[in-house]
Amino acid sequence: MTTTAAYGTVERTAQKQDPGAAPKKRRPGWLRRVSLPYLLLLPALLLELLVHLVPMVIGIVVSFRELTQFYIRDWTTAPWNGLGNYEIAVDFDAPVGEALLKSFFTTCLFTVLSVGLCWLLGAAAAIFLQESFRGRGLLRTIFLVPYALPVYAAVITWAFMFQRDNGLVNHVIHDQLGLTDSPPFWLIGDNAFFTLLIVSVWKGWPFAFLIIMAGLQNIPREMYEAAALDGAGIWQQIRRITMPSLRPVNQVLVLVLFLWTFNDFNTPFVLFGKAAPESADLISLHIYQSSFQTWNFGTGSAMSVLLLLFLLLVTGVYLALTSRGRKATDG
Amino acid sequence: MAEPRSPMAAPQSFLWSRRIFLTLLTGFVLLPVYVMISSSLKPLEDVSGKFTWLPSGLTVRPYFDIWETVPLADYFVNSLIVAGAATVCSVTIAVFAAYAVSRYNFRGKRVFTVTVLSTQMFPGILFLLPLFLIYVNIGNATGIALFGSRGGLIITYLTFSLPFSIWMLIGYFDSVPRDLDEAAKVDGCGPLGALFRVVVPAAIPGIVAVAVYAFMTAWGEVLFASVMTNDTTRTLAVGLQGYSTQNDVYWNQIMAASLVVSLPVVAGFLLLQRYLVAGLTAGAVK
Repeated sequence: MTTTAAYGTVERTAQKQDPGAAPKKRRPGWLRRVSLPYLLLLPALLLELLVHLVPMVIGIVVSFRELTQFYIRDWTTAPWNGLGNYEIAVDFDAPVGEALLKSFFTTCLFTVLSVGLCWLLGAAAAIFLQESFRGRGLLRTIFLVPYALPVYAAVITWAFMFQRDNGLVNHVIHDQLGLTDSPPFWLIGDNAFFTLLIVSVWKGWPFAFLIIMAGLQNIPREMYEAAALDGAGIWQQIRRITMPSLRPVNQVLVLVLFLWTFNDFNTPFVLFGKAAPESADLISLHIYQSSFQTWNFGTGSAMSVLLLLFLLLVTGVYLALTSRGRKATDG
Repeated sequence: MAEPRSPMAAPQSFLWSRRIFLTLLTGFVLLPVYVMISSSLKPLEDVSGKFTWLPSGLTVRPYFDIWETVPLADYFVNSLIVAGAATVCSVTIAVFAAYAVSRYNFRGKRVFTVTVLSTQMFPGILFLLPLFLIYVNIGNATGIALFGSRGGLIITYLTFSLPFSIWMLIGYFDSVPRDLDEAAKVDGCGPLGALFRVVVPAAIPGIVAVAVYAFMTAWGEVLFASVMTNDTTRTLAVGLQGYSTQNDVYWNQIMAASLVVSLPVVAGFLLLQRYLVAGLTAGAVK
């Protein structure tokens, strides 16, 4: 459809152009060729510099300074502190370092579970919807609703469902099924971890579904036909053709899911408010609290830089491992 | 959209797994949607006491009260301005950048794409603090208020959707045959003429998809909105929390407000989802 539209446009454009029009004034060819792509990129580049790269450099500088609320108006006057902020952040015997380490492990466990479940649900749903049947289009639309809803609207609804006294969850498991002696708390204490996990999976899996669904469309139909001729059943086709073909898609998808989940701030922030229970204290929220509540930006920046280094390390190792694995199977 | 997988009939084990799995998943996905809709039509007594599956009486009061309890209309306008402006700017800038990468060979092309994409992996918290400092300092030095203003939020949000938009549009532009813009150039169009008369019209689905994505990103962001807005520039992301900081928690109003603020994006997304899927197929997963 796209291509026909394009050809139509060209024809119309071509008709409108007068072939005998006077040649336009042109700047020297080399200037246009060399500078035009850079001019086109300039706005994107400037904005990325302003909002991402310069702040990152400043963040690294600030992490070596003692930046408290007294220096907010001009951060360049904050005194240097050497590695002091990092020493505070990684001193795991002191309260600050201990809390950071705990938050880090919580985030790791949470991320592994959430990414695993999101991928599993997304892959299963995409594969089950690969073949057409009645109601398929409707299901696809329904499955994308969590992705389309704004985070805060969706998460606030879950917060309502997990209320102790007037929520749906306790109504079902305590009042209707009688599974517990007293209605449990879901938004404070140890249960909060599972609450956060459920909400995060609900919100996150449709993205995996969307990407895997797109990936499935690039698998040639002939491969399935050939396998069917060889006598492979549908489960075998999924295992032998679908899964291996999805490998390149999965490689990127899992990485992106990992980074988003590990850095997730919105879900715990809306679910628990500013004070997340210890069991669900994800690292982004933790750093936010230790910076904006104590106004100690130096230590907060040091924590952020450590987080970035960790993510870079994981990404590097992951890409190295998965790319080597792929080359090995190809060769 | 996809071709049927195989000419062979699927076995019962597959059909039953599919039926059970899809039913459970649909229930999980729709449960909050049901709670949202049904609770928004309940009187306050219903949502303050024990949860009930069905309302004791239907009322549309919450839909009128939401505008009184908090200045929701103001937040709505702020969100519309911020998300709308961020979308227009982000898409325009992405079109130029993607055109350059798709159609020209130049020094630093790879560095550019890798750098822009890798900004996606930075934790927001890492540049929240410095960006806050930069905006405050720019404000002190020049008098241009970026901190606390809609402008600051627009600039911030448009860079959030920019990397993904550029990435997706490169894929889309690559799929538009180069012969078409060559033909347009022969007809006397400059490079920009070829972009706007040939490439952009042919890539409309991709541009629509990118616009939807940019709007959703800006409409739903919480972290920067909670730090960088004040009472007059507050967006929905922060404003919606106003219903629960009072002495009473008006859950029916919260649900009604959640529905109202979700409607524009959900409707837009579901209407245009096929473009997004097509865009992902063309660009992202190739």
